[in-house]
Amino acid sequence: MLLKDEVQMLRRVPLFSGVDPTKLKLLAFTSDRVHYAAGEILFRQGDNGDAAYVILTGRADILVEAPGGQIKVAEVENNSIVGEIAILCDVSRTATVKASTNLEALRISKEHFLKLLTDFPEMTIEIMRELASRLSRTTMELTDERSRARKSD
Amino acid sequence: MEKGLTHYIWTHTRPQQLWILFIVAVSMIPYFLSFDLPKQIVNGPIQGQGFEGEAARQLFMRIEFGLPFVGNVVFFPGIELNRLEMLIALSLVFLALVVVNGLFKLYINTYKGRLGERLLRRIRFELVDRVLRFPPSQFKRIKGAEISSMIKDEVEPMGGFTGDAFVAPALLGGQAATALFFIFVQNVWLGLIAGIIVAVQAVLIPRMRRRLLVLGRERQLTARELAGRVSEIVEGINTIHAYDTSNFERADIAARLGRIFKIRYDLYQWKFLVKFINNFLASVTPFLFYLIGGYLALQGRLDIGQLVAVIAAYKDLPGPLKELIDWDQARQDVQVKYNQVVEQFKVDNLIDPAVQEVSTGEVAPLAGALAVANLTLADDSGAHTVEHISVQFPRGEYAAIIGGAAAGGDTLAEAIGRSVWPESGRIALGDADLFGLPESVVGRRITYVSSDAYFFYGTLRDNLLYSLKHAPLREPEYEDAHASFRKWEITEARMAGNPDHDIESDWIDYEAAGATGPEDLFASVTAVLDSVYLTKDILELALRSSVDPLTHEELTSHIVKLRHTFRDELDKAGLSNLVVPFEPDRYNIEATVGENLLFGTAIGEQLVGRAIGRNAYFREVVGRSGLDRMLYQMGYEIAENAVELFAGLPPDHPFFQQLTFMTPDDIPMYQQLLQKLKGKDFAETTDEDKHNIIRLSFAYIEPRHRFGLLTDELMKTIVDVRLAFHEGLPESLKGAIDRYDPHSYMPSASLMDNVLFGRVSHRHADGPERVRTMVIALLSEPGLYDQVLSIGLEFNLGAGGRRLTQVQRQKLNLARALLRRSDYYIFNRPLPALDGRTQEQICRNVLTLVRDNNDKNTSIIWVLTNTTLTDLFDRVLIFDKGRLVGDGKHAELADNATFRELVS
Repeated sequence: MLLKDEVQMLRRVPLFSGVDPTKLKLLAFTSDRVHYAAGEILFRQGDNGDAAYVILTGRADILVEAPGGQIKVAEVENNSIVGEIAILCDVSRTATVKASTNLEALRISKEHFLKLLTDFPEMTIEIMRELASRLSRTTMELTDERSRARKSD
Repeated sequence: MEKGLTHYIWTHTRPQQLWILFIVAVSMIPYFLSFDLPKQIVNGPIQGQGFEGEAARQLFMRIEFGLPFVGNVVFFPGIELNRLEMLIALSLVFLALVVVNGLFKLYINTYKGRLGERLLRRIRFELVDRVLRFPPSQFKRIKGAEISSMIKDEVEPMGGFTGDAFVAPALLGGQAATALFFIFVQNVWLGLIAGIIVAVQAVLIPRMRRRLLVLGRERQLTARELAGRVSEIVEGINTIHAYDTSNFERADIAARLGRIFKIRYDLYQWKFLVKFINNFLASVTPFLFYLIGGYLALQGRLDIGQLVAVIAAYKDLPGPLKELIDWDQARQDVQVKYNQVVEQFKVDNLIDPAVQEVSTGEVAPLAGALAVANLTLADDSGAHTVEHISVQFPRGEYAAIIGGAAAGGDTLAEAIGRSVWPESGRIALGDADLFGLPESVVGRRITYVSSDAYFFYGTLRDNLLYSLKHAPLREPEYEDAHASFRKWEITEARMAGNPDHDIESDWIDYEAAGATGPEDLFASVTAVLDSVYLTKDILELALRSSVDPLTHEELTSHIVKLRHTFRDELDKAGLSNLVVPFEPDRYNIEATVGENLLFGTAIGEQLVGRAIGRNAYFREVVGRSGLDRMLYQMGYEIAENAVELFAGLPPDHPFFQQLTFMTPDDIPMYQQLLQKLKGKDFAETTDEDKHNIIRLSFAYIEPRHRFGLLTDELMKTIVDVRLAFHEGLPESLKGAIDRYDPHSYMPSASLMDNVLFGRVSHRHADGPERVRTMVIALLSEPGLYDQVLSIGLEFNLGAGGRRLTQVQRQKLNLARALLRRSDYYIFNRPLPALDGRTQEQICRNVLTLVRDNNDKNTSIIWVLTNTTLTDLFDRVLIFDKGRLVGDGKHAELADNATFRELVS
């Protein structure tokens, strides 16, 4: 896959939809193109976060360590970004991401990602929007879970 | 050392000085004979004196002496010669005298030179010997560079002076006195005049030169300080950068140089003034001779012949006189230097030489235990760091010392390690005082390690084995040529008062490392390296180093075989595409275009860097297939892409890290170049432009840069050109390229690259890390592992070991201590740079290793950084504010207030 195809794919990622194509090309150029076979780990929960991944093709599972073993909390597929939380707020990885099919991704290093955010405010807003919607979703799930728990009491 | 230099020289070279004086005296005989001979030649055979008449003959070389009691004795009756024969004979004698005089001069100069060099060697050695015997506190006050500049530069003129110290005044003084005496004999008045002028010169000039000496001393001091400052800058460069004080340092250096300039300029002014006065006095004398001598001649009290003789004789006077004054100047100069140096090296409490006596025998284990009695230690300001400590360290006990920072435990350990001397009280080993025992005992049976690790310039192996090099244990066996050289070395060393230990001997004490010789030392070394977790670091150093296949034939051929195994391993792990191998007839997609084209590493200057673009053969091969046009096209597109991507970004933008084929500064240049070349055909461009464009294509890797420029056709052409290039490679370029050959080792590539024989795919995350782990696992097979580790041990540590990280340095420092068997091991916070967990693991390993390596009489004293490990020790000592506040088993310490504080 060539740089210009990658740019086409990046434009489909909601996060980057507002960014100028030439800048997306630069982003693609400065990122590493990495390949994972099904079952390989992109990163593990608890590791230091040093990069975010944009999934170009393929799917991956998001897994969280729980006392009873790993729980799959979500699935991500092409045009989504994973691993951005750990590099945004300097915490270790909150989940493990494992490729469930053959997977092509762009690996954007922490330094480059943060630089992008300062250079392109529209990207920052997009990130905020994404995070906010995730937060409201988790809050909703939590509320559901709590009320269910209360009912069963 | 002797107080005066003359005294020093006389003490150490008396017989030689007397010999050379004797030789000089003997050399005077042919010297004066050769003065007399011209007169004989002119008067005799040339003018015909004594050859009156055709057949007149004279006796040549008749030697007879009138001896008391014996009468006239004829030693040689002489040969009768006629006038022409006499001329030839006398001329030949003259020639012989010239040769003899020359030989004398040669001998005297060589002898004097050798004398001087020997004395220089003696002084230098004595000074370094003193440095080795300085008490530890001295090193807090002196700067290394100043000491080395004294030993190297400041004593140098003393060697030159040595030969002339006694000979010059004797010779020159004699010559001057003769000339003066001759003048006196001719005329008392003129003699008096000459005498007075000489006296004025002899009194006035040295007086004026006194100022020169003062200036000279200042010059010496300032220059020495400059050397000290320069070395401080070198050592403190990180601090200077960190605080932006480089300009402060510049100002300081400039000020010092200014001072040195002023001193030197003053020195020149005075020097030439003195020279002027000296010359003036020397030439005023003939003026007086002409005036007064002429007046006396007019009066008839002096005949013209005498006047002419006096003036002629005077010509011989200023020469020796001037040299004599110069000699005196040199004498005072080196005397001052000598005093300066000796003063710096005169230190109280110098360690007794007997303590450091070399001992090649085996040192018996210590008889008694270590006991500290009423010990008080003080720092440089006089503050007490440890007060009235009395404690015993029995044999076989593992003791831990804990306490806060500067609680005293660490200074106590330093005192046992002999890097601090007690203020009062004593440290005893059995019945003997620790500081009175020879170093061959305490330096071998006690092992002290602190965190401040010093390494000498050399390989890792040298530094690791440094702790075993106490004495020349096994003399090397020399062949004839070497044996006589060694004999010469020994005599010469003794002549100069140096020791004659052979540096080429095997100094390594294998028994002390638990080995029997060089063959099984390696087992001890690996055990030690494993226990401090240094093995992996050393293996990685080995992987990054390049190895000469000539000296490591077995290893390199093994590595070549390993390439197959490595590929099999990759296939087995399902990672075949993790490394793309180099194949002579295929394009390697993960390597650069340049690597693919050359298919080897350029090592000769004809092909390295820019030179390859100018190489006629290379250009011809590339041009023949039209590849140059294709690469130009490729480079042009790369430039376009790069300019499009990066134009407008500030030069320090982090994205530039990815731009491997250009620097931020190149962008504007390529912007202009692209405009200039737009629409132009390849043929119309200049060589320089072509070079700049094609250069870009060389660094291109498709999977990494992804511009989509590498077509199948291009790859095929590149492989074709590669084959053609190697096929027709002219003889002159054969050594300039190290070709990728699947069946042979590449000397210019690292060990790692030789195993891979390919490029790691850019598409695999953590590819390099995975590959490295696999390669290390492969190299760990028996037989190979030792050799690879050995390569890693050849790594040069650089000055002060700076090529290692601090963590590695501290590990290595601990490793070289553990390598030797000892009765006492003192570990004074040896690993502060490591994280707590690793420290703990290494501590456990070390305790096990010491237990396994030594008998049950071995003791450990470990100053710990934290309290978590105290349960590993038999006994725990707690220090607070320089006092021992707790002493007991780990279990008993829970009640101790200081311990609780430390734990919390």
